[in-house]
Formats: sequence, structure tokens, C-alpha cells
Amino acid sequence: MTELKDLEITYDKPNWCPGCGDFGVWISLKNAIVSLNLNPWEVVLVSGIGCSSKLPYWVKTYGFNGLHGRPMPVAEGIKLANQGLTVIVIGGDGDQYGEGANHLIHAARRNIDLTVMVHNNQIYGLTTGQFSPTTDIGEKNKANPNPIIEVPLNPIALALSAGATFVARGFAGDNKQETQLITEGVKHKGFAIIDTMQPCVTFNHKNTFSWFYERVYKLEEEGHDPLNRIKAFERAEEWPLRKVLEQNQKERIPTGIFYKEDRSTWEDATLQIQKAPLVKQSMENRDITPLLRELM
Amino acid sequence: MTDLQWLIGGEAGYGIVTTGVMMSKIFTRLGLSVFDYVEYPSLIRGGHNAYYVRGSDNPIFSQRKGIDILVALNKDTINKHKDEVSENGAIIYDPSVTKVEPQEFSPSILRVEVPLLEITKKVGADHLMINTVAIGASLALFYSDFGVLQKILTDVFGKKGEKVIQENLNASKAGFDYVKTHSAPPFKKQVNALKQQNLLISAAEAVALGAIRAGLQFAAIYPMTPINGVMTTIVQNASTYGIVVKEPEDEIAGINMAIGASFAGARSLVATSGGGFSLMVESLGLAAQTEVPLVVVEGMRPGPATGMPTWTEQGDVRFVLHAAQGDFPRIVIAPGDAEEAFGFTMTAFNLAETYQLPVILLVDKYLMESHATVPFENLSSRADSFRIERGKLLRDEDVAVQTDYKRYALVEDGISPRSIPGQKGGIGLAGSDEHDEHGLYSEDAHMRVSMMDKRFKKLDSAIPHIPPPDLYGDEKAPVTIVSFGSTKMPIFEAMSSLAREGIAIRFLKVSYLNPFPTEAVASTMKDSQKTLVIENNKTGQFEGLIREYTGFSVSDHLRKYDGRPFYPEEIVDHVKTLLKK
Ligand SMILES: Cc1ncc(C[n+]2csc(CCOP(=O)(O)OP(=O)(O)O)c2C)c(N)n1
Ligand code: SF4
Ligand SMILES: [Mg+2]
Repeated sequence: MTELKDLEITYDKPNWCPGCGDFGVWISLKNAIVSLNLNPWEVVLVSGIGCSSKLPYWVKTYGFNGLHGRPMPVAEGIKLANQGLTVIVIGGDGDQYGEGANHLIHAARRNIDLTVMVHNNQIYGLTTGQFSPTTDIGEKNKANPNPIIEVPLNPIALALSAGATFVARGFAGDNKQETQLITEGVKHKGFAIIDTMQPCVTFNHKNTFSWFYERVYKLEEEGHDPLNRIKAFERAEEWPLRKVLEQNQKERIPTGIFYKEDRSTWEDATLQIQKAPLVKQSMENRDITPLLRELM
Repeated sequence: MTDLQWLIGGEAGYGIVTTGVMMSKIFTRLGLSVFDYVEYPSLIRGGHNAYYVRGSDNPIFSQRKGIDILVALNKDTINKHKDEVSENGAIIYDPSVTKVEPQEFSPSILRVEVPLLEITKKVGADHLMINTVAIGASLALFYSDFGVLQKILTDVFGKKGEKVIQENLNASKAGFDYVKTHSAPPFKKQVNALKQQNLLISAAEAVALGAIRAGLQFAAIYPMTPINGVMTTIVQNASTYGIVVKEPEDEIAGINMAIGASFAGARSLVATSGGGFSLMVESLGLAAQTEVPLVVVEGMRPGPATGMPTWTEQGDVRFVLHAAQGDFPRIVIAPGDAEEAFGFTMTAFNLAETYQLPVILLVDKYLMESHATVPFENLSSRADSFRIERGKLLRDEDVAVQTDYKRYALVEDGISPRSIPGQKGGIGLAGSDEHDEHGLYSEDAHMRVSMMDKRFKKLDSAIPHIPPPDLYGDEKAPVTIVSFGSTKMPIFEAMSSLAREGIAIRFLKVSYLNPFPTEAVASTMKDSQKTLVIENNKTGQFEGLIREYTGFSVSDHLRKYDGRPFYPEEIVDHVKTLLKK
């Protein structure tokens, strides 16, 4: 049985700002690994660069901390080389929806069996508060003195249209739900994305814990059917907004599972690895004489 | 002595390349030494394609100037190539398509008018098959027996079924028979078959076969000239050898997928040209920093930007040597011909895994897309003697007993034992950030220096195992050519024609651009009379390297950057001028 203490790193501890939403996601991930009873050496956490992407340093599993925006293809390579591993991608909104958005789209379409956790703080944390693809329209702060004029990217709608087969939104202020979503996402055979609202207490003074508490609701409590693709798009459209609200208006933010679909995965459809993972196949003593003969 | 150069020219989209390779195959089956070279624009329809095929009963190494048989599928081909046709050569064309004026060719040149279009109609073939008729017609000029082509067509189209084979046989036989019955004065340059057992291979195929033999398990390749041939050959054999090949969304994804697969324990490769390599640059550093083995094939073509996509150049030398921020060890190997490409590709995989670093195979369009004959025995014995070396990759049982495994342990030779995910006891983190022995990010000054030094120690460990550059020719020769990569082919050709004139030269061929063979190059430079650096770029990137590492300046250089490879004649002329100086 895997226990929480098996996942603890003894020589370091998280250095996120006190109160940062990343702590909640970190705890939830470890809880999920325990509840799924995964062997830590069969889990690989692959991250990019950002505050959130530091997470793999503080969980005792295999880890790969790559480049900003590029953890997805690294994870795809790992999964294709050894589909027996549980591969989890961790990145920020900048990492996944900015620099790495192209990879996200294509991984979703391939339906490779990965779980992608996006720590969406609607800001670039590590580079000290510049706006991100998901910063609310009209926002301004020290790094962006003029109100943002771009409509925010809608990660849920993007993932749905790209072909993701498990699409969810979590909230770093609700560890129970987050743990459940990660657990479900890992169990799901196919591309699972969990867009997690993760307040950045240092640079994002609008989308705070209390701001979210006042707006989030749970999809399953309102009878949403996650097998209904059209309804999933409708719910995705509820937030983020494409315009600045009036003073007396308040948005509602759906959380939980928007969509689930059963579809054959990339690695299942890849013939060469159906009998055994690549890394378990022998590459010794290949006879290429027939290929040389063909050239005569 | 037979030395025949044949050229087929026509509009793109008329199967010029297929026909060219077919002619190379004919020469190969006749036991000749063969080299072919193709020029084509970056478009699919229209534009001029030219395929040169040279065959000789003496060993040859490159294309040369002069055409002995010109097959012109249109007037444009005549206009572009008429001045290249040698005395006593021949031209084959369809008079209903192409008008040739009497004054366009000297009287010694045989005009072979073949109604290509009419013949295709008569045998019930598609008009696109005029090239197949032309190949039969060409064969009839220099060889008596159609059997060789019959056998090739049967082999090549075997998989496509009886009907396709028969169509091709009918068309080419009709062309063959037409020339046998109509060409009045016989063509002077006849070919005698030899008993050589050669195979015909491009460096693109050689890289692919080398990779397959070396245990390639994963490749992620975004298409780009001139490495498409690598991808095609790997894809065609992927299921036989258990290789996963994916076409990623872009080159950044490609290299990161390969890094991921390699991190997980699979032998991995990416291949691209300068443009795609530009996108890969940051990730090249990632492979170095995380110490993940990786083989990168970089096929040069003229830049910058899109440049001349289907032409050749050696302009990325400095780029691959310095690409990515920071200092890190890398190995850069430039094969000089198809056989070397085969061998060095296999070596590259062992080096990458033994020293846990990126290995770049620097090739170019000229090398990748030209075919040459290689004795079957040469490649099969290299394949047989190759052994996979995985360096310090840990076995499951070794990892299982570890109590405090350190992925980046600071060891004497710089090469830390490597675990892969899934191995119990080997848990660790591969970090893009500077890190400590566990892989944990670290900004400690001492640790930084230790880790930098550790990574570079791997290169020091590799150096004793890296062979010195090849030195060919006469020690006392008045001129030593120094060069690298694909220029080996025309330089060899130039050496053999100079030798026929009694002029001996020496050739130092550098294969490892990093780690640079400083001592060997310096000592050759020291005992050379005149030194001549030949390279296919404008600014003398390789010459600069020599100066940088050895402190020696060379006497002279020959450079070219018009998108074309060197011709042996250009080298011969240059050497002769240098000798007079
Ligand atoms: C290629 C590249 N460009 C820019 C950066 C600088 N950079 C580091 S993290 C980051 C953004 C971080 O934002 P996000 O991904 O949302 O993560 P967060 O810190 O908010 O968790 C940027 C722009 C980089 N490391 N690499
Ligand atoms: S800057 Fe923001 S996201 Fe980064 S650690 Fe601090 S609170 Fe968290
Ligand atoms: Mg962010």
C-alpha cells in the first residue's frame, strides 16, 4: 500500500508563497496517488517552468522538469516508450495555454492517456505578475497598468473542441473535489485535463480564494450529464466571460467534470507497442540483411 | 574504360526522380560504380527537374561535368543542358514534343529521335509513362540486353502486382526496341557488365538503416527536405523492427517527445533541417542538461530562413556547434558519404547513450539525396560487427538495492549511473534547472561549478575513444586539402583524376567537428606544404574552426554557396592553380 509518507521528499520542502493555491493542488495530487495506490516509481510527473511547475520536486515519484511550455511532448514520449507508467503533466496557465497551447491541442486530439493538471492562476507567477492567456478582460495591475483588451482563452471549450476525452475544472480551495478529479482523471483511459483555479496570492488580487468561493458551483449538483457533449460546451461557455461585468453582476463558475468520452487511445492504436511497451522490447541483434538486399 | 553520365530532364511531376533511380539501378546491376545527383525546385508541378546518373567500371565518388546521354523530355531541358553534352554523346528526345535545331549540337553528337508519346499510346500506357519508354531507349544505346531492365522492373514493381509490371515492361521494351531498330550510327560509349555485388544507397537510407540496426525504438520527425528519406525508410520498416515513429505537430514537440522517450529508456532520434533545428535549439540544451541521450540528424540546405529548400550547402556548422544558451557538451559528426553515414549513425547511438548527451549527425541535401554504390559486403560487415552499448544504464536489480540513488552523482568520469522510470529504487528528477546530485534545483555556487564540470568531464571521457580524422593520399604531396562532410565525395573524385595526371595530393577529412581533433589536425597542418580548405559555405565556418583550435592559418580556400555541390573539375582546377603559385 502506498502511503503519504512514501511520497515525502526529505531534503527539501515547497517554497511557494504562504497561502498560494499551489499547496492545495500539491496535497490533492499526493492524496490521489495514495487513493489510487500507485507505486511511486511507476508515476512520472512532468512539468514545464513556472511556480506551479516546481511541484514535481516535492513529490517522491519520478519527475521531469522540462522547458516552459514543453512538458506535454516529453510526457507523450514517456508514455509511448512505456505505457505502463502513470504520466501526469503539470503546468501553469502560461505554460499550457500560452507557450504550450499547440502541444495541448494535439495531445488532446490524439487522446494519449495522460492526466494534465493546469494550475490556472490567471497570471504569470514566476515572472512576477504579467498577464496570461486566461487573465480576465479589463484587469490591470502593477505589471499591466493598462486594462487587458484581449478576451481570455476558454480552456474547457478549447480542450473539448480539440478532442480531449476527460475535461474538468477544479479549485485549489476545495481539496476534496480536486483529489477526486485527479483520481478520476488518472483512472480515465485517455487524455484528461483538469483546469484548476489556483489563486496566486502575491500577484492576482482579483481572482482570490474568496472571490472564487462566492462564484464556484458544482456541475454534478446541478444535474449536468458529462456524457453530453453539447451540454458540456454550454457549461464551458458560462465562464470565463468575454466582457467586463457591471458592478452589481456576478459570474457563476462551474467546477467538476464537464465531459467524459470513451475513445481508443494513441498508445492502444499504435501497433508496435500492443504486445509490450517499447522499453521492454529487445533491440539487440536486429538483422537488416533483407533491407540491404533490397537495395541491390 | 567506361565512364558514362546520363541525364534526364523534364518538368516536375513526370517521375524524373523515379526514372533517375531506375537508371542508377541499371548501372548498379551491370556491376558499375554509380553516383547520382538530382536537382529540382521546391514545387510539385512544373519547374525543371534534372537527374544525373553516372556509371563507371572504375570506382567513382561523385557526379562530374559533361553529359554523355541527355534525355530531354521537353525543350527546356535542351536549352538548359545543351552545352553540357560531351563530344560523341547522344541526345534522346521526342521530335513531336521537342524541336532541336541542327546548329544546337555539334555533328559528333548522336541525335536519337524517339516518338515517346506515340509509343506510350501504342502500348496503351498513360502519357506520364514517357519516362519509362525513355529509359528503355537509353539502355538500348549503351547495352545489348533488355534482360537487366526486365529484372529491375519486376523487382521494383513486384509489390504493385502483375498489371503494373507488365505496363512498365511493355513501355520500356518498346523504347528499347525502337532504338535498336532505328538508331543508325552506333553509340560509341558501350557498357560492359562487371561482376560487382554492389548495393545502391542514399545517405538518407543509410542513416535510417544505421539507426534501425543500432536499435532505434522511437522517432518523432516533422517532414522537411532533405531528411524526408530518413523518415520514409524508418516508417516502412517500423513494424518489422518494433519502432514507434510519430509525426509531431512541430519540431519542438518532436525533440521533446524524443527526449521523453529516451528518458524512459527508448533509443530515440529526431531528424530535421536548419529551420526545424532552429525550433529545437532550446530543447537540445534540455537534453544536455537533463543528460538524456539523443541523436539529432541535421540536414543542411541553403539558408537563412527558407533559403533554397531543395538545394545544398554546409552553412550550419557554426550553428550546430553553438546552438542553445549556455555551455554544454555535445558530439557533432559529419559523415562524408553514404557508407560513413551508415557507420556513424550506429556509432552516434552508442555515444549518445554511453555519454548521456546529444549527438548531432551533420549532413546535407547533396549527401542525403544522392545515391552511390557501396559493396554489399562493406555494409553487411559493419552491421554484423556492430554492438549496442548502453553505457551506465542500470539494470532493474542494480537499482532495486539502492538506498539513496542519485541520478546526477558526481563521479570521476562524469557519467552518472542512469535509472529509468519504472525502476524501483531509482526515483529521481531530471531537471532543466541547474541541480544537485538528486536532481533537485540548486543555485549553490559550488554545486553549479561541480555540475558544469561533471557534464564536461563526459566529453573528456569520450575523447580517447574518438577516432582521429582520416588522412588520404601521399604524405609528400605539395597540397593538403582539409575538409569535412559531403565534400569528401568530389574531393575523392578530384584526387583520382589528379592522380591520373600524375599529380599527388593529400586529403585530411575531419568527421568529428566536436570534440574537435585538434592535435591530429595541427600535426597534419604542420607537416603540409600548402593547405587548402574546401567547404560549401560563404564565410569559411570550418576554416575558422581550424584556426580557432590549432592556431594555424591555411594557405588557401575554395568555397561555394550557390546551392550546388562542388564538381571535381572545380577542385582539380583550383589545385592546379594553387600548385603554380
Ligand atoms: C522560453 C521561455 N520563455 C519565457 C520564460 C520565462 N517564464 C518562466 S515561467 C513563465 C510564466 C509562468 O507562468 P505560468 O506558466 O502561468 O506559471 P505560474 O508561475 O503562474 O505557476 C515565463 C514567461 C521561460 N522560462 N522560457
Ligand atoms: S507568485 Fe503566486 S503562484 Fe507563485 S508561489 Fe507565489 S502565490 Fe503562488
Ligand atoms: Mg500562471
